[in-house]
Amino acid sequence: MEFIKEFSIILLATCRDVLPIVLLITVFQLVVLRQKIPNLPRLIVGGVYVILGLALFLAGLEKALFPLGKIMAAQLSDPVFLYGTNEAITHVDWTAYGWVYLFAAMIGFATTIAEPSLIAVAYKANEVSAGTISTWGLRITVAIGVAFGISLGTYRIVTGTPLYLYILVGYVVVIIQTIFAPKTIVALAYDSGGVTTSTVTVPLVAALGLGLASTVPGRNPALDGFGLIAFASLFPIIAVLGYAQLMEWKTKHTINANTGER
Amino acid sequence: MDLLPIVLVIAFFQTVVIRQPLPQMGEVLFGTLLIVLGLSLFIQGLEMGLFPIGEAMAQALARKGSLFWLLSFAFALGFSTTVAEPALIAVAAKAAEIAGDGGLIDSSPESLQQYAFGLRMSVAFSVGLAILIGVMRILRGWPIHYLIIGGYVLVMLMTIIAPKEIIGIAYDAGGVTTSTITVPLVAALGVGLASTIRGRSPLTDGFGLIAFASLLPMIFVMGYGLLIFK
Repeated sequence: MEFIKEFSIILLATCRDVLPIVLLITVFQLVVLRQKIPNLPRLIVGGVYVILGLALFLAGLEKALFPLGKIMAAQLSDPVFLYGTNEAITHVDWTAYGWVYLFAAMIGFATTIAEPSLIAVAYKANEVSAGTISTWGLRITVAIGVAFGISLGTYRIVTGTPLYLYILVGYVVVIIQTIFAPKTIVALAYDSGGVTTSTVTVPLVAALGLGLASTVPGRNPALDGFGLIAFASLFPIIAVLGYAQLMEWKTKHTINANTGER
Repeated sequence: MDLLPIVLVIAFFQTVVIRQPLPQMGEVLFGTLLIVLGLSLFIQGLEMGLFPIGEAMAQALARKGSLFWLLSFAFALGFSTTVAEPALIAVAAKAAEIAGDGGLIDSSPESLQQYAFGLRMSVAFSVGLAILIGVMRILRGWPIHYLIIGGYVLVMLMTIIAPKEIIGIAYDAGGVTTSTITVPLVAALGVGLASTIRGRSPLTDGFGLIAFASLLPMIFVMGYGLLIFK
């Protein structure tokens, strides 16, 4: 019974999120375009699937993933676990946080693989590129980018270095890569930065950042706790651009090798 | 299949690193089952509902040939889906709390609420504007990298002059704006438009809308900080 109540609340919230979109589409179809919506029954069934699926997904997250992620983030950044003592730590040794970096990287990778927005964009990219961009290839590349980004982001919180320096360097790398990367992939790569951070990643990563900033001595949650999401949206761009460059280089290399043999 | 990595990570850390039994094993297993079920329903629904309607609308609006309606659809899509976004509401409230504690704004409940509302409005407005610019880009065929690099330069310039307390939140605001339902619809809009307009390739021109929607909010939130904190 308890679960049915919880689930209904989530379902209602999801419906509320979808409402503006439904209104917008209806108004435009009926008032501006003045035409019937094609395939209406199929569309409605699809819409119901989306809402139901998302609500189930969120309910599952609340039950399984979020409590676990938060407990683990707290346990891993606990001074007792890190230094083996409960004494006040006066200076921060960034090497003591090895498990935190590894956990950040792995949780970043794992949540990105499960991210519904990324699955949607990967499907579209596969369809549009007639199969040259594989769904799994894109998802794994983006997930590696997020893993690296979040891991670096936790390092930043531990050391307390300013956020904008990292982001600035990241931007410069993206700009340089854009000049050399194949032009067809650029738009998709930029997009993959924005899609990685939604339903699954944001709550877990935000909990990790704020937890870490409040346990590491000398860090202020307000100033240092934010910023992980920014890392998670920047590094996938670099990863996807890099992957495209690698693939292009490999293709050229094989062609050169083949022509060289003749 | 999608969840296997998460399960492995958690199992590894619990058994090898933290060495404590998992709390509420049954609850966790049940939750995992729900996630798997929900995700497969969601993907099924995407292909049946959201993708077709997004593309059909983009094509119908493009055929209608009215720039005004196309752009207002783009703006309304970005604005209306962002203003009600739960992640954004949560982040805005948190940001207001921090600004109040830091003495940047008056810490009375009304002024906190007003600040959070202003933050949400500036993000929603900027996402609307971002989708609008993105649609203009597809219509005109502007190369995306000039716009994005220009945006990066703006972000950096704003970072220099914006108050320090808002920078972290502003950078994160870029990432949290695009929700799970908005992304498929926006992707379908872009691809649908690019495949209808002659001379545009769906791959090079159809993507990129989400990139604008994660870039502009950073600029606008920092601008809002500049305006409010002085």
